[in-house]
Amino acid sequence: MNDSRPLLSRVANSAYWLARYIERAENVSRCISVNSYAQLDLPLEPSQQWQPLVDTSGDSTEFAAHYGAATQANVIQFLTYDADNPSSVYSCLRAARENARSIRETISSSMWEQVNSLYLLIESQRTIPKFNWAADICRDVRLGCNLFQGISDATMTRGEAWHFLRLGRKLERADQTSRILDVKYFMLLPSAREVGTPYDDILWSAVLRSVSGFEMYRKKYGRISPKEIVEFLVLDKEFPRSVRFCAGCAGESLRAISGAPAGTYLFESERLLSHLRLELDGVSLASVIEGGLHEYLDALQTEVNAIHMSLQNDFVAKKSHAKVASTLFKKHPCRTLSPHVYPKWYPVLDSDRPDGKRAA
Amino acid sequence: MHFEPYETQGFHDEMFMAGGEVRPEAKLLMETVESLEDGQLERCQRAAEKLLLRLGITFNVYGDSAGTERVFPFDLIPRIVRADEWEWIERGLKQRIHALNEFLDDIYHEQKILKDKVIPEEVIRSAKFYRPECVGIHPPRRVWCHITGTDLVRHGDGQIYVLEDNLRVPSGVSYVLENRDLMKQTFPQVFEGLRVRPVDEYPSNLLEMLESIAPESASTEPEVVLLTPGMYNSAYFEHSFLAQKMGIPLVEGRDLVVEGSYVYMRTTKGLRKVDVIYRRIDDDFLDPLTFRKDSLLGVPGIMDTYRAGHVALANAPGNGVADDKVVYAYVPQMIRYYEGEDPILPNVQTYLCWRDVDRQHVLKNLDKLVVKSANESGGYGMLIGPHSTAGQRAEFAAKIVANPRNFIAQPTLALSRVPTMVGDHFEGRHVDLRPYILYGKEIRVLPGGLTRVALRKGSLVVNSSQGGGSKDTWVLAAPKDGGRS
Repeated sequence: MNDSRPLLSRVANSAYWLARYIERAENVSRCISVNSYAQLDLPLEPSQQWQPLVDTSGDSTEFAAHYGAATQANVIQFLTYDADNPSSVYSCLRAARENARSIRETISSSMWEQVNSLYLLIESQRTIPKFNWAADICRDVRLGCNLFQGISDATMTRGEAWHFLRLGRKLERADQTSRILDVKYFMLLPSAREVGTPYDDILWSAVLRSVSGFEMYRKKYGRISPKEIVEFLVLDKEFPRSVRFCAGCAGESLRAISGAPAGTYLFESERLLSHLRLELDGVSLASVIEGGLHEYLDALQTEVNAIHMSLQNDFVAKKSHAKVASTLFKKHPCRTLSPHVYPKWYPVLDSDRPDGKRAA
Repeated sequence: MHFEPYETQGFHDEMFMAGGEVRPEAKLLMETVESLEDGQLERCQRAAEKLLLRLGITFNVYGDSAGTERVFPFDLIPRIVRADEWEWIERGLKQRIHALNEFLDDIYHEQKILKDKVIPEEVIRSAKFYRPECVGIHPPRRVWCHITGTDLVRHGDGQIYVLEDNLRVPSGVSYVLENRDLMKQTFPQVFEGLRVRPVDEYPSNLLEMLESIAPESASTEPEVVLLTPGMYNSAYFEHSFLAQKMGIPLVEGRDLVVEGSYVYMRTTKGLRKVDVIYRRIDDDFLDPLTFRKDSLLGVPGIMDTYRAGHVALANAPGNGVADDKVVYAYVPQMIRYYEGEDPILPNVQTYLCWRDVDRQHVLKNLDKLVVKSANESGGYGMLIGPHSTAGQRAEFAAKIVANPRNFIAQPTLALSRVPTMVGDHFEGRHVDLRPYILYGKEIRVLPGGLTRVALRKGSLVVNSSQGGGSKDTWVLAAPKDGGRS
């Protein structure tokens, strides 16, 4: 990509966040739908059923303070419409739109139109929140997010901006998949000895459906088995929501952005991402389970966060790499800048803490 | 929907003559509209409004909480300008812009026009937006006013006058382009049989003009950027729209940095030199080292770079002096002085309150005149005499006496009207017209412009912040260019 104009750091950052927020909105709305359907078949207390959703989004304290009990209505309100919950579908779509608006000249008009439509959709529903309509709105949001992705792929040149979008989408997806698996596995484990009961099947199917992987899993493995689900969601080479698959795509995009020759790194984020890919390529399912799935997933999330942070350092609040990069881009000469003049970077309406971890 | 029983009510109407007969250039439009099925026009209108919302063609309203956006209302009935009239407007605008540019270059260098006492020196010295910081600067090609959006109005006498020049950061051109697009999408049949001159050349012309003013230090492909105050600015839509149409980066102040007397933008690959900046930030906020120290929107040090000739700014800083409404009153003299010609487009008669005779007249006739602050825009800081209360008039009288230099007055113009949809029928609404003029290697006038319409009944204020909307503006092609005679 050395022949195209380099992207403004701010634009790269907004493209990255735009994709992350769209992906997050899609995931949250899918989890709500899946849970709403699964509960029809389950004998669980509502709180057992809905609390894990709040835990996945990582805002349990906030939820407890404002809503109290994890009833279906409360959780749906919190996760779908609550403007004060930074992970709600509404907040994600609003943040996605703000980011899209700030780079409207970079993305295609139809991408902007789609983000705007999504926002107008949820905004129009928010004023009349009825939790029993949530299934409809969640479906519309999910499809709308898919449509956004399709439009991006169909209308945008594979330049730097597109690769930053893809990076954001894949890292968010890797993060979401590991989170969903982590929370559900933790909750399901006590009942693991009941493997084979009808309820267990429903619960594990719900996990798969939460990452729209149920059908693809069935094709590959047939019967429901927790270990194989872990293998499928973390290590599968071909399933587009597995952590390994996402890390692979993210790696490709990062390589396209940096333009570094194979086997070399120009940026710390590249080194970290490459490390993660090698690790996921090489690790065995047995060692993941033995070492404790929760520990493994926790480490994965920490690595994804570290990649996220170094992306910010490498491309947004760049300090040390401009000089290295400038030798590579002779056609568009770049100059280095003394580090002290850089402004503090901050994401647009980002809900994450500065250290990259979400509030527990 | 039928125009009957539409009435011009004694105003100059752009579509109908005083007797109620349709103007020849609007006959086809009227026939098309009247031939529509019942309800079809309303459906088109609603479709247009929905489209605007979906496209996010909105402006932000100051004073509302951040992120509050409104659609700029759009009315489907276009304003038509005859080819011969446009030819005259175009000549008048070119003459005026050329003279204003000469004035700006003169006023920041030799000040011959002051020495020759054509304009009193006192007027310039007391002008709020005269910038001593710009004295001696040589902008590329000696062009100062690269982009102008002149406000024209037609009075009851049928004559078109210049109301304001807007030489700083005129906005609205994106609506000209979007309105045309909207008309084509929602109401294509009205174009049939008419030769309406296209407006979509504007972004290419704008880019060409910007590239033509690149400093010598630029390569053959100069880096042109558009500088916006950010997405909460009321004109942000337009900034992103123009950047997208020209294919240039849209930057904010924080994306730019000055190093070693050049301007750079921060990219993912380090710093990259910028040659031309189409800035949509007022002078005041451009450079905290030169102008307002508290500005967070601008770029520290950019004025030094500009002075050194290492970056071009469009429009040139300092233009605001000619937007001063007292200076405006002298534009006819400028045209005679610099061009040696009589002005083609007339000014509105203007009373300067710092002249004793004028002030006496203004104070005696506050109920008939429009009083304006010399340096306000957007419809703020003005008194429309015939629509004012005694209290408001007393308030303005006191202000005028306290600071006469800051006020001018003009007769209340009976702005011309265009039929506008009001519910299920048409009513006349007052309009103005803002053509856009580019000045680089040559002066070019976009054949069209923004027709703003005061949607409130009887209102003369067309500003978007005060209940204004807009219409498509059709400049018809001359018969020699294939238009109808």
